Amino acid sequence: MKITLDHVTKRFPNRNKKIHEDVIAVNDFTFEIPDGKLIGLLGPSGCGKSTTLNLISGLEMPSAGRIFFGDTDVTNLPAENRGVGLVFQNYALYPHLTVMDNITFPLGNLRGAEKLTKEQMRAKATEVAKLVQISELMERRPSELSGGQQQRVAIARALVKMPSVLLLDEPLSNLDARLRLQTREELARIQRETGITTIFVTHDQEEAMSISDLIVVMKDGVIHQIGKPQEVYDSPCNLFVAKFLGTPPINVFEGCVRDGQVFIGEEAVLDVKLTGDAGAADSGDGSLPVWVGIRPEGFVPANDGRLTCALSKIEVMGRDTSVVSTHPSFVGTTIRSIIPSEDVTGIGGEIVRFRLKPSKVCLFDKTTEKTIGFEAR
Amino acid sequence: MKQSKYKGWLYLLPAILFLGIFMVYPLIDVVVYSFEEGYNFVSQTSNGTGLYNYRYVLRDPYFVQALKNTFVLVIITVPVSTGLALLISLALSSVKPLRNLFQTVYFLPYVTNTLAVGLVFMVLFKKTEYTDGMVNLLIRFFGGSSVDFIDGPHWAKMLVMCIYTVWIVLPFKILILTSALASVKEDYYRAARVDGTRPSRIFYRITLPMISPMIFYLIITGFIGAFKAYSDEVALFGTDLNSAGMNTMVGYIYDMLYGNSGGYPSFASAAALILFAVVFTITCINLMVSRNNVHY
Repeated sequence: MKITLDHVTKRFPNRNKKIHEDVIAVNDFTFEIPDGKLIGLLGPSGCGKSTTLNLISGLEMPSAGRIFFGDTDVTNLPAENRGVGLVFQNYALYPHLTVMDNITFPLGNLRGAEKLTKEQMRAKATEVAKLVQISELMERRPSELSGGQQQRVAIARALVKMPSVLLLDEPLSNLDARLRLQTREELARIQRETGITTIFVTHDQEEAMSISDLIVVMKDGVIHQIGKPQEVYDSPCNLFVAKFLGTPPINVFEGCVRDGQVFIGEEAVLDVKLTGDAGAADSGDGSLPVWVGIRPEGFVPANDGRLTCALSKIEVMGRDTSVVSTHPSFVGTTIRSIIPSEDVTGIGGEIVRFRLKPSKVCLFDKTTEKTIGFEAR
Repeated sequence: MKQSKYKGWLYLLPAILFLGIFMVYPLIDVVVYSFEEGYNFVSQTSNGTGLYNYRYVLRDPYFVQALKNTFVLVIITVPVSTGLALLISLALSSVKPLRNLFQTVYFLPYVTNTLAVGLVFMVLFKKTEYTDGMVNLLIRFFGGSSVDFIDGPHWAKMLVMCIYTVWIVLPFKILILTSALASVKEDYYRAARVDGTRPSRIFYRITLPMISPMIFYLIITGFIGAFKAYSDEVALFGTDLNSAGMNTMVGYIYDMLYGNSGGYPSFASAAALILFAVVFTITCINLMVSRNNVHY
């Protein structure tokens, strides 16, 4: 089902009673979630991701704006009537019930014409259990399950009533690293097989990038960018999004654009032609101060490279090598560039020179931090 | 290795000595007394051993009365007080404004002296030359005829006794249950809500099982506490409980030891062991019932 948020805002009264100003958890959200997709809500903690999820589930009511499921306005519909499946961060499995009873619990709420017999419930539960691969655990209690198994049970419980929307609140945060990798593939598979519109919340950009059809990057209750993971990674709309996506993170330098060249320090590292509004502004003779963001994979070591950095160390990681260096204009402490291992030969000594891949370089306005469009020349 | 074996016992010695002198020895002594016929404290002699003490106690009409009273008290007050406490704590946990005030009010009886509470109940129920008591005023207001709750018929006295007992044990139970309710994670309720669960089903399928260990604890301690009832009876009906027909088992034991007719340690010991047997049996039954219904 398509979900539409139309100027949705959620305010909470400030806990500190001396401050009368409300806390705005979600600020004027407008976006549309297409049917049958896997959407990742991504942002640092406290940015309003979970609140957004609660608003969609109906556990919280918006202070302003409207929410639509398909064409139906569900803004004032309480959670119990929205038919959403919700998986909690800590799974919230009922500890006194077996896995089977946990999964059939939502079915027991059906009344009237929808009421199911015990056999029907068990059949449905068995079916969902097969989907999430927990068939052999049906008689156990949640305390006898591992974290990953508990999570599957929680997903099964959310799926058993065939919800129109599946919501997952930090679904992988309680799992260890290896299990997390495995479970996120599993999540994507379950979503593909059921075709249920799924929204999940995460603060882990890698998680969001790897399985989402669409990611929504948020900060402080404001949506910064919505798009396909690769698109958002390649062309972030501002410095925050660029910094938030990617490991190791993007390297940011202080620089300026002058005479069709990007300067970092005294070195002209890239020949560019600015597009858009900034392009018009650049036509004058002044120089435009910018933040220069370079992805770790955008550095190519070359003897004629135009960016000169002081080499700190080389970390060999097998497939890739990470070259750690410093530069006076760099924001932060060390520049980390990722270079395929076969290209590393010849790096050594005091300095290292890089050529830059234009497609891996982003320019941001120094004050607004918005992306400046450019074409490489 | 050999040395450490004795060392361990050495460390335990203070505790063993203490428990042995003040707990184990008296217990054994009570059993011994209960089989010694006509034991005399002063001369430290008895007329022989046998089951006579038990036979006497079980045939004593005062004991039978005490046994009946105790059982009525247990059977009525434990379920009523636990149920009432559950209702009140549910109400308390669902209200937001003034919750602290209500919690304090409900907890007041717990910190009030038993005898002071007894006095308040006197004002409510006792007939004097000047007044029939507040409750009787109410009864008459609604057209009934007044009843003497303190010196009147047995059922009236029992009623007052039950109300008193429920009232005095309620605060502790409310305290335990409100904290038990508060410890049930909010996420369970949210999950149930998203699934469209009706409030009654949430209560029976989620809340009740989650707080069942605490309810069970209250029932067990409630049973034991009610079997040991004595001071509350004294507060209401004075020390001569036998003539008021309101004696309890602990009261009977006390009377046998120190009361006006006291000085019968053998009978008291026999009665104490009968009480022990009753409480033990009930607790065992409780434990067996709980095995299937309590979720830890």
